[in-house]
Amino acid sequence: MLMGLYNYWVVIVLMMVGFYIVIAHGNLVKKIVGLSIFQTSVFIFYISMAMVDGGTAPILDEGIKQYSNPLPHVLILTAIVVGIATTALGLALIVRIKEAYGSIEEEEIQKKDNLDC
Amino acid sequence: MAAPLCLFLTRPRLVWFFSIVASGLAFLISCLLLQQVMASGTISYELGAWDAPWGIEYRIDQLNALLLLIISSISTVVLLAADTSIRKEIPEDRHTVFYILYLLSLAAMLGIVATGDAFNIFVFLEISSLSAYALIALGKDRHALWASFQYLIMGTIGATFILIGIGLMYQMTGTLNIADLSIRLPEVAQTRTVFTAFAFVIVGVCLKLAMFPLHLWLPNAYAYAPSIVTAFFAATATKVAVYLLIRFTFSVFGLSFSFTHLPLQVVFMVLGLVGIFAASTAAIYQSNIKHLFAYSSVAQIGYMIVGFSLTTALGLTATLLHLFNHALMKGALFLALGAVMYRIGTTQLRDFQGLGRQMPVTMAAIVIGGLSLIGVPLTVGFVSKWYLVLAVIEVGWWPIAVLILLGSLLAVVYVWRIVEVAYFKPSLEGADSIKEVPLAFMIPIWTLVLANVYFGIDTRLSVQVAQAASQSLFGVSP
Repeated sequence: MLMGLYNYWVVIVLMMVGFYIVIAHGNLVKKIVGLSIFQTSVFIFYISMAMVDGGTAPILDEGIKQYSNPLPHVLILTAIVVGIATTALGLALIVRIKEAYGSIEEEEIQKKDNLDC
Repeated sequence: MAAPLCLFLTRPRLVWFFSIVASGLAFLISCLLLQQVMASGTISYELGAWDAPWGIEYRIDQLNALLLLIISSISTVVLLAADTSIRKEIPEDRHTVFYILYLLSLAAMLGIVATGDAFNIFVFLEISSLSAYALIALGKDRHALWASFQYLIMGTIGATFILIGIGLMYQMTGTLNIADLSIRLPEVAQTRTVFTAFAFVIVGVCLKLAMFPLHLWLPNAYAYAPSIVTAFFAATATKVAVYLLIRFTFSVFGLSFSFTHLPLQVVFMVLGLVGIFAASTAAIYQSNIKHLFAYSSVAQIGYMIVGFSLTTALGLTATLLHLFNHALMKGALFLALGAVMYRIGTTQLRDFQGLGRQMPVTMAAIVIGGLSLIGVPLTVGFVSKWYLVLAVIEVGWWPIAVLILLGSLLAVVYVWRIVEVAYFKPSLEGADSIKEVPLAFMIPIWTLVLANVYFGIDTRLSVQVAQAASQSLFGVSP
């Protein structure tokens, strides 16, 4: 039972690790990395879901009778692209934040913001 | 759909014109769609000619048609003012980029609403959010960057939650089509997986919705974005999220599952009410008017949630009406603020002194919009609050009706603060040079303001559509 659901345990651990990093770290780059880990855990979740016992890759061939579900793989391909776009945009924003504030620590930015207001 | 084409047009002026044409066409198409749906019922279009449960399906019923109409009409009107406004707020070389992002996010929002496929919703949601982050970051001071980053973190967490939820649903049912999901989910409704899926989807949508207490990203993001972007998003983005909430709870999971197995009704009711009061109170203490109206948006979302949590046809009608009306009000208000920004370059409350005399037409628009927020008769705000109170009384919850009216009183307070400063304080020194805004601003603002009044008096169109939509939702999920 415990080992059979191995993939799902990994998913949950990764998800929590990522989520914790997003919440707890003040460094913006670390936040983005945490977000990435969080998203990756969902990718693994979809991929494990597609597994069929004894199935092989879904290729149209005479020898292959049983194959794993290809749809989640396709879906997650899309989600990976979305994830990359998000990470790239986040990092680009961090570059501009660094230029504007001279810092990428959440607390310092917040302090400078409060001074402005 | 039109965004990639913009890349080829390098002159900002041309791009602007092209954007208006594209958005206007979308508006016309959605008008026709609404007419057709009201006359003949649901339309479905199979993308790439694959049949519905396998291929991606675009499915338009009354609810979608209403939302499509709101989004495309607001976007068209707002775009009319865009050229004048962004020339002041965004550097010249970024204008083309602005329109590309704008169209991209418009297309994505229309996509979210039109699609009948759960995974497709996620993809469109991310497209619209990504372009939203970039648009907000175009704001001219550095706060905009920070606000956009916060929004990115929250928005991505929300979207990923929705993704997990959709994954769990797929795992249980093996389908992603919304109509198909609603048939197959009841068979497995009692499993823990489905409960988890539901929880993930709801929390994810509520993050996008900026429902209290998950609203923290919204005020900053709205306050520091360029004015046009604020007007567009305030009027449409949260509406799309409300649509998702309604779609998932009513169509996908079904009414009985959503509301009988979980204490969702109570939770939403309480959060909605707390949201109204907390956000209205916060609005009273803001010194930046964009912040003020952003908080008021959170409060208005509270009203929608209250109507939604009643789970009666009348309650849902009230929510949909408020959806439509709030889009009109906030579109008008934020555009008028954009006009003020254009002339005096700031939206701090203290700079509003005496503006009632310098810019009478614009300030009159803000006042009418404000009255509509409060819910004064003859404006749209009155109509939707009237229906909301009717719906609450129908269920027999008197205290809540009273609380809703008290919430309106708070709106009186924050709108009055603006009126007082603008009309009863002497003008600032050197303010004589401030003139009215150009016609390009005036026309869109007053179109929206007049729409506010028109739909406040002649309620047939909006009420009929909202009623038809809520009835069809209850018909689908008995």
